[in-house]
Amino acid sequence: MKKVFFSLFVVAISCVFLFSCGSTDKDKGPIKLGIAGAHSGDLASYGIPSINAAQLVVDEINAKGGILGRQVEIMAEDDVCKPEIATNTATKLVSSGAHVVLGHICSGATKAALGIYNDSKVLCMSPSATNPALTQSGDYPNFFRTIASDDAQAKLEVDFALNTLNLKKIAVIHDKGDYGKGLAEFAKKFLEESGKAEVVLYEGITPGAVDYSAVIQKVKRSGAEAIIFGGYHPEASKLVSQMRKKNMSTIFISDDGVKDDTFIKVAAQYAEGVYATGPKDTSSNPLTIKAQKAHKAKYKKDPGAFFLNAYAATLAMLNAIEQAGTTDYDAVVKALREKNVDTPLGSIRFDKKGDAIGVGFSIYQVKNGKYVELK
Amino acid sequence: MEHENIKYFLELFLSGLTKGSIYALIALGYTMVYGIIEIINFAHGEIYMIGAFTALIVSSVLTMFGFPMIAILILATGTAIIYSSAYGYTIEKIAYKPLRQAPRLSPLISAIGMSIFLQNYVLLAQTENFMKFNSLIPEFEWLKPYKEIIGTEELIIIIISAIVMIALTLIVKYTRLGKAMRATAQDRMMARLVGVSVNKIISFTFIIGSALAAIGGVLIASYIGQINYYIGFIAGLKAFTAAVLGGIGSIPGAVLGGLVLGWTESFGTGYISSDYEDVFAFSLLVLILIFRPEGILGRSTSQKV
Repeated sequence: MKKVFFSLFVVAISCVFLFSCGSTDKDKGPIKLGIAGAHSGDLASYGIPSINAAQLVVDEINAKGGILGRQVEIMAEDDVCKPEIATNTATKLVSSGAHVVLGHICSGATKAALGIYNDSKVLCMSPSATNPALTQSGDYPNFFRTIASDDAQAKLEVDFALNTLNLKKIAVIHDKGDYGKGLAEFAKKFLEESGKAEVVLYEGITPGAVDYSAVIQKVKRSGAEAIIFGGYHPEASKLVSQMRKKNMSTIFISDDGVKDDTFIKVAAQYAEGVYATGPKDTSSNPLTIKAQKAHKAKYKKDPGAFFLNAYAATLAMLNAIEQAGTTDYDAVVKALREKNVDTPLGSIRFDKKGDAIGVGFSIYQVKNGKYVELK
Repeated sequence: MEHENIKYFLELFLSGLTKGSIYALIALGYTMVYGIIEIINFAHGEIYMIGAFTALIVSSVLTMFGFPMIAILILATGTAIIYSSAYGYTIEKIAYKPLRQAPRLSPLISAIGMSIFLQNYVLLAQTENFMKFNSLIPEFEWLKPYKEIIGTEELIIIIISAIVMIALTLIVKYTRLGKAMRATAQDRMMARLVGVSVNKIISFTFIIGSALAAIGGVLIASYIGQINYYIGFIAGLKAFTAAVLGGIGSIPGAVLGGLVLGWTESFGTGYISSDYEDVFAFSLLVLILIFRPEGILGRSTSQKV
């Protein structure tokens, strides 16, 4: 009996060796692109477009003979946007030999999975995870993203106020909501860190209130040259109209929630000159047009959320492998940081922390009843 | 510096006065209805919203035909009053009259239902978007130099609230109709026995209340410059607070309650922080109700209106 066990043991061991020998050579066979994100459940609408985007890019590349002479193979794994499942997803992708991973979709799931990828030196690029700490903490050198982080708008607003408009006294106002207050907190933090300007007022207003004249008087008294407002257009149009009616010319800088045509319609003549940040306009980019057309042709409908970001991420990762001439982690990371790649989001490369340079928001200003992008 | 502080105080005072007058204008409708039939007409805010929407539609059409501004103001306000009054009258017949003998909670629920129904009706029939409301109030030339301190719309809102309050008080105190209203409020059965047409008086109260809401709708929307289907809810909530604060059922009380609320919010915002605007408003309400459960000018339940 003992002999039988022993021989079984030998067979088992040799099997392990055989398999491990088979997979040590990562530089042969297809390039494996893992895709992780919510592919089912409530948030599937955020994850599915990234599979479609990657599929379109990969189809095109494979039709041209692949990268470095190797075909690209997609491995999609569902994490339903849950951190506890995302760790399993990551382990599965790593163990099946993914060279690079597109994902994850949600910030929480991304954070949970990143450590696993980092330990195995697998590069990971998200089209949609916006939590600032993912890149800024420096904990995950293997992480990149093709979407601007949550604080990018606040950073842009503050840079614009300080460096372009040279303002010294700024009032920061928000609508007490998650979105508005979050932005206002970042703006306040950046202003204080810069040391160039003083936050003379930091206040929350009640959305939907009939009148903001008291807060406006307070802004006037504070001597602020500009208001940075975090919130949405209904409150912004009330604030701006009431200020202008009181002959106050205080500069008004706001966010994506205000960069909405309803704001101009409602505030009408008072909207003139207002600044707001909004996503860069990429609709005229030929690659955007091409990607959307391809999607329409293959899937018979318009692409969903983060489609272009995922398209750009897939292009960026595959391009970096091509530029590096290998799937070796360090070489690919180097290529991502040094070589620009043309994507639907523009020509991009990545900074040291992993955020895409050239992706994100622009400043717009209302001129003659329209938002015009300031270059 | 001293001068600056006084100026700031005055500005906040005026801001509170405007805000308070806005609350008062809507609160008057609440308080009248409550005074007569002891129902809190939660749909009142929606009547105000419908008034504003009617005025917007009429004024947009008339502007297209190039009517002069003053004609637009009169026609739009007139139509808004008629429409809102019709809604007020109908609401009373549908939602409150069948429940007159029911326990007091039933008409309250019915009122909340009516409010939700009307909001969604406007949402579906009109739009869910914010609409631009072009001011119907012509700007006074002589007030332009003082624009920083007080604008035309603010001045008009303050004056109209005062006029409406005085007119209502006079109607209730000195006319036959007012006498009938007071009789209905005191004892519905007895009033009927001495020949007061109670149903007509109640309908009439709803019509006046709704007309006031319509005027409020036109003035306030002109001041704010935007409307959507939801404006009635928030304004109505604050106006209701003002009515309770001043003593619900009392006409001068509604105005005083509105002003006190407006000033509390303005001075709270100005000297402390606007983060806690609502906290100040509702803490004041709680405080006053602890010491005077009937409100500032409220009287015991046997004497109302």
